[in-house]
Amino acid sequence: MKKKFLSVIGFAILCRFQVYSQVRTDTARLPKPAYTSLYTPVGQDTSNYNPRRLRIDEIDLVSSYYTQTGDHSAVMGGIPGPAGTQNVTDFSNGLNLNLVWLNQANNKNTLSVGLGYDHHSSASAAYVALNGGGKPGGTRIYPSLDWTVENAKTGGTFGIGLYYSGEYNYKSKGIDFHWSTKTNDKSGEFGVKLQGYFDQVTQILPSELITTPAASQGGSTYTITTASGVVETLSSSGQVISSSKNTLPTSPRTTLTAAFSYSQQINSRLQVMFLGDIVAQSGDLGLPFHRVYFNDSDTSIAKVEKLPSSRVKVPVGVRLNYFLGDDIILRTYYRYYIDNWGTRSNTASIEVPYKVTPFFSVSPFYRYYDQTAAKYYAPYREHSVTDTYYTSNEEYAKFNAGFYGVGFRIAPPNGVFGMHNFHELEIRYGHYTQTTDLVSDVVSLSMGFK
Amino acid sequence: MKQLIKLSACLLLIISATSCVHLKEYQKSRLNDSEMALTNRKVEKNELNFQSYREAASGANAGKTGGGCGCN
Repeated sequence: MKKKFLSVIGFAILCRFQVYSQVRTDTARLPKPAYTSLYTPVGQDTSNYNPRRLRIDEIDLVSSYYTQTGDHSAVMGGIPGPAGTQNVTDFSNGLNLNLVWLNQANNKNTLSVGLGYDHHSSASAAYVALNGGGKPGGTRIYPSLDWTVENAKTGGTFGIGLYYSGEYNYKSKGIDFHWSTKTNDKSGEFGVKLQGYFDQVTQILPSELITTPAASQGGSTYTITTASGVVETLSSSGQVISSSKNTLPTSPRTTLTAAFSYSQQINSRLQVMFLGDIVAQSGDLGLPFHRVYFNDSDTSIAKVEKLPSSRVKVPVGVRLNYFLGDDIILRTYYRYYIDNWGTRSNTASIEVPYKVTPFFSVSPFYRYYDQTAAKYYAPYREHSVTDTYYTSNEEYAKFNAGFYGVGFRIAPPNGVFGMHNFHELEIRYGHYTQTTDLVSDVVSLSMGFK
Repeated sequence: MKQLIKLSACLLLIISATSCVHLKEYQKSRLNDSEMALTNRKVEKNELNFQSYREAASGANAGKTGGGCGCN
């Protein structure tokens, strides 16, 4: 009896100790006393400390191979058939590097450094020289720089961008200022971008239209100037004695753009963005090696296309993305375009990414496009010599176009092919057709590294 | 086809103009999915360039609006 009594007492004391330990205040979380040691113990919580030093946030590589066929080249005045070949191949590559750091105000600064390199071969370019002996290809290099600051408290941004593009017949310098702000509840965002391109179009004329003397003879040698501006001195036997690049005149082209956008989250599955631009172009808006043939003159004689020196464009568009179910997303886009050259255009596209797994998706897509003809367009040999402006470039013709294909995206948490820094891979193929008989295919590859 | 496109555009506007709910951060998991971003894919960049070379229309898609190349 005595043992049972002591057992009960002992058990009760143990229970009281247990309860006491559970309600006792954890003195480790009490405010520290006024005196503080300068020693920082190992393992102290540093989650509120943000490193401010510059670091590489992301590296993106995008490559595309493009191939095109057609037979109404603007270089040959829109002539149908082999002489009007529009065969093109283009290999485009772009590298973008994002550097980020925090400034004293804890605002995120992003510096995007980009470099693009395109190499193309264009069968129609060879016909700048009427005998088809012109240079059929070229390269284009286009670096870019963008600096954006994001306000840590409001989420608004401000930035500036610089651009350059150089190819043998065209030089461009560009600048933009962009700004955005969010709504109070952070569900909407309004953005503005003001952009200017200041370009120089090299005046490379069709060979038969070069007005300066193309050849002169002095003694036993003679000198010629090619359509691309190269001056060559040849011996009487035709051997090149010397070759020097002439400086062809250039003509300016200016493009000013004000772009507006507003995005809004509608609900947990739906968000929408409205976009609108106002674009004003001035200067030389055609290309000097595009020919036009007329119906009421010697049909073998062409002129260089002539277009107005100003153009105003107003495209407006809307994007709407909807998360359908658990695995399917609808990405839709519509644009209406109008300009003062008489062109009206509709663009509509839909893409349906299907998440096969959370890290692998397949995205079939379709894009429809149509446009009316510009006022200054007429097909091969349908312009009159009395027309003030004239072009036979089918870019300005009335046509419909369809673009369809499929894309694949892989973004596993452990990295693509197990490479931790290789966080994303996208491959995309598309087939494009116009009712002008222009057909093209494009394959693109995008790789993202963090 | 044009009327269908315009009707679809009107429907999209009506849908988007319906009530916008205020979402908490944990409710935005689907909206924050990378496929839901209201921007062009990086892999589409060169496609937009090719389209601007072959078509008269451009802009309102964060791509080229004109200038910067020997296109329109």
